[in-house]
Amino acid sequence: MRNPQLNDKGELQHLLSIEGLPRETLTHILDTATSFVGVTAREVKKVPLLRGKSVFNLFFENSTRTRTTFEIAAKRLSADVINLNIAVSSHAKGETLLDTVDNLSAMHADMFVVRHAQSGAPHLIARHVATHLHVVNAGDGRHAHPTQGLLDLYTIRHYKKDFTRLSVAIVGDVLHSRVARSLIHALTVMGTPDIRVIGPMTLIPAGVEKLGVAVFHDLERGLRDVDVVVMLRLQSERMRGALLPSAQEFFKYYGLTPEKLALAKADAIVMHPGPLNRGVEIDSAVADGSHAVILSQVTFGIAVRMAVMSILAGN
Amino acid sequence: MTLVLPDPESLCAELVRQLKPKVTADTALVGIHTGGVWLAERLHSALGIALPLGLLDISFYRDDFDKTGLHPQIKPTQIPFDVDGRHIVLVDDVLYTGRTVRGAMNELFDYGRPASISLAVLIDRGGRELPVAAQFLGARLEIPAARMLVLDRDENGKLRLKFDA
Amino acid sequence: MKIHIKNGRLIDPKSGTDARADLYIAAGKVAAVGKAPDGFSANRVIDATDLVVCPGLIDLSARLREPGFEYKATLESEMMAAVAGGVTSLACPPDTDPPLDEPGLVEMLKHRAKTLNLAHVYPIGALTVGLAGEQLTEMAELRDAGCVGFSHADIPLQDNQVLWRALQYAATFGFCVWLRPQDGYLAKDGVAHDGEMATRLGLPGIPAFAETIAIATIVELMRATGARVHLCRLSTREGVAMVRAAKREGLALSCDVGIHHAHLSEMDLGYFDSHCHLLPPLRSARDRDALREGLKDGTIDALCSDHSPVDEDSKLLPFGESEAGATGLELLLPLTLKWALEMKVTLAQALARVTQQPARVLGLDAGHLSMGYAADVCIFDPEQYRRVSAADLKSQGKNTPFLGIELPGKVRYTLVQGQVVYDAGTG
Repeated sequence: MRNPQLNDKGELQHLLSIEGLPRETLTHILDTATSFVGVTAREVKKVPLLRGKSVFNLFFENSTRTRTTFEIAAKRLSADVINLNIAVSSHAKGETLLDTVDNLSAMHADMFVVRHAQSGAPHLIARHVATHLHVVNAGDGRHAHPTQGLLDLYTIRHYKKDFTRLSVAIVGDVLHSRVARSLIHALTVMGTPDIRVIGPMTLIPAGVEKLGVAVFHDLERGLRDVDVVVMLRLQSERMRGALLPSAQEFFKYYGLTPEKLALAKADAIVMHPGPLNRGVEIDSAVADGSHAVILSQVTFGIAVRMAVMSILAGN
Repeated sequence: MTLVLPDPESLCAELVRQLKPKVTADTALVGIHTGGVWLAERLHSALGIALPLGLLDISFYRDDFDKTGLHPQIKPTQIPFDVDGRHIVLVDDVLYTGRTVRGAMNELFDYGRPASISLAVLIDRGGRELPVAAQFLGARLEIPAARMLVLDRDENGKLRLKFDA
Repeated sequence: MKIHIKNGRLIDPKSGTDARADLYIAAGKVAAVGKAPDGFSANRVIDATDLVVCPGLIDLSARLREPGFEYKATLESEMMAAVAGGVTSLACPPDTDPPLDEPGLVEMLKHRAKTLNLAHVYPIGALTVGLAGEQLTEMAELRDAGCVGFSHADIPLQDNQVLWRALQYAATFGFCVWLRPQDGYLAKDGVAHDGEMATRLGLPGIPAFAETIAIATIVELMRATGARVHLCRLSTREGVAMVRAAKREGLALSCDVGIHHAHLSEMDLGYFDSHCHLLPPLRSARDRDALREGLKDGTIDALCSDHSPVDEDSKLLPFGESEAGATGLELLLPLTLKWALEMKVTLAQALARVTQQPARVLGLDAGHLSMGYAADVCIFDPEQYRRVSAADLKSQGKNTPFLGIELPGKVRYTLVQGQVVYDAGTG
């Protein structure tokens, strides 16, 4: 089964998932992003690469943060950006996903950035659109958030350089996390020898070890000597689904406090995809402390998205 | 048809000779990756330019993006001086269609408004598709359209010209 | 109409026949096997050289989508699909709209099917009124109207007390209760097997124990009531083991497996292929292998198509939103043959699982070619391979994971009660 992300020349046509992408492709994206970090640091933050191209943000699931970073990235490439909050418009009127996509394609879109609550929705769209259109997955259900995985990879490379000597811990609601899945695939491709997921049994998905990770239910044991700690966001719905009793108990046993962080390496970095739930998964002292690189992630995120869009648009 | 290529070291010396009277303490040198950077490094030290050397990768400013896509390897762009009001000498190895220089000028203008830009090249091979000319020139050379002339350097840092295609 | 089917390889699992033999049909029944009856003069001769002549296939589950779901399929289209697939009898589940919980609805369905004069339809009645899981249906009345058993289709019957009483009531009359073993709460919101693939794809999972817990409950209630139960569409390795143990104990338990689960696993979901969105879900390779073995060693009694045609729009959705189900009537024979080839099972043994065995589950004296019995016959070419294509499928449902795949076995003729209802030559 051919990877639907690749065109028949083997080039990246869509970015749907990190799973299945070779190391060279990931490295190419990271290296290209490095150049864009330089662009975003100067006064004129634009380059003309995507001038005349239309990027449509199709967000079937609300997210102002992610949508904004994609919009900024596209505009810095000189693209025209159209934002569509489908959650409130045609979808509610009963128009099917593919009908919406067809209508927008007819408006001469060049790229769709798609966020959807259902895993696999961007795959369905990519199978369906004309060959010149590119689809970027901005997060589908629990499945994948590839640009987040890439910017996390970029951040880790920036601070730690060599993946092959690292120990990385991913903490929290792994079951529902597309961020976790994408990061796990990214780290394994880059040769990270020790990847850990830490959380209560109710939040660790079945068969996750097969993805190449070690499972811990004890935060203190899981954090011992790690180089990178990635905290996942805990959504309030989890308390209602008989998965967790309360945010307080979760914070006591799985929240990242300075004391727990002290078990990691002295120069460990702390990451979080945002937005933060202070006092639920992470203590303010850690979030605002010297180990946290959360704001860097945001900056790198724009450069990484610029890299992804440029590479796709050029293929 | 065998083409005899001139010695790039002597062409470089010729450029130094042409540039020396025009260079001041405020002149900035900017080399275009890749061949232009090596040449610019040599000119920069030979002319004793005060300001640090600028490096330009024009991948984001090319006009053939739709056809060829993004270059697989993008080199770093560094402009370590203020472009506003600056007299800049842009340096490249071979001047051909003029599109590279057009992209480089567009990129420089995204850093600020220079007082002037002049162009120094080792070889002008003709075949211009845009109204671009070099103010400082090593030599003119007629090269068949199908062939690509590039500058590189050997292990000792000595410049050499060769055909890429 | 007197028909002489000559020179075919006659395979009749019940009698153990697998030999070159002619078949003689008169007045809708099998007149003779092997030697022509005295004075037999055929109106039509069918040359079955190089073809297999076997009893018409009996499919334990085919959704005809009438009444209520005519946009997915109609009786006409699905009955055409059945006979094109060599299926001469089929049982249909009660989850129509309205559900088959009243004798009038059952009679209407049987009448509609009869006027079409294609395959025999054996309705399975609803176990509770409206399939709501509260009130018992008039099972005896429904039986008189033509129901061969009672089921709850795919709707979970969560109240074990109602299930217990339904089994007691059915046992009173000796009726068979058809149940798909799945705990509704454990399967809630799940769309795929809870394992490695669902974790990779980020799909909510249905754990294997959703099935085994339900089987355990059913077996325990069978012990308490003595009811006869048929488990529909096994999907787990442990489930097969539990059925094996229950049968050894002597409980009146039978079960079937769907054609897709006998061949596919969770890996076939690939990149979110909604054609593989099925209920129960496609599980691990180990589960699939246990199902294939269970079918071979007799723990699983029959192979059925679980025919569930779905309109294209309902499949062109993200996996979790798409409708579960696959078209299957025309693939029952080819997939049975493929299973036989791969498991090194004889043709006769394989065909038994789609003729004689399903007949036994239905409580019918059918699925065999014996003198004096209805001439329901399937004549097919076991050597011919055909690529599954939407254009070739007669069913209105084109939704199958096997699109584009080459499968063995092409039906040439199908006869129901001595009448040719499908002729590949004329289509």
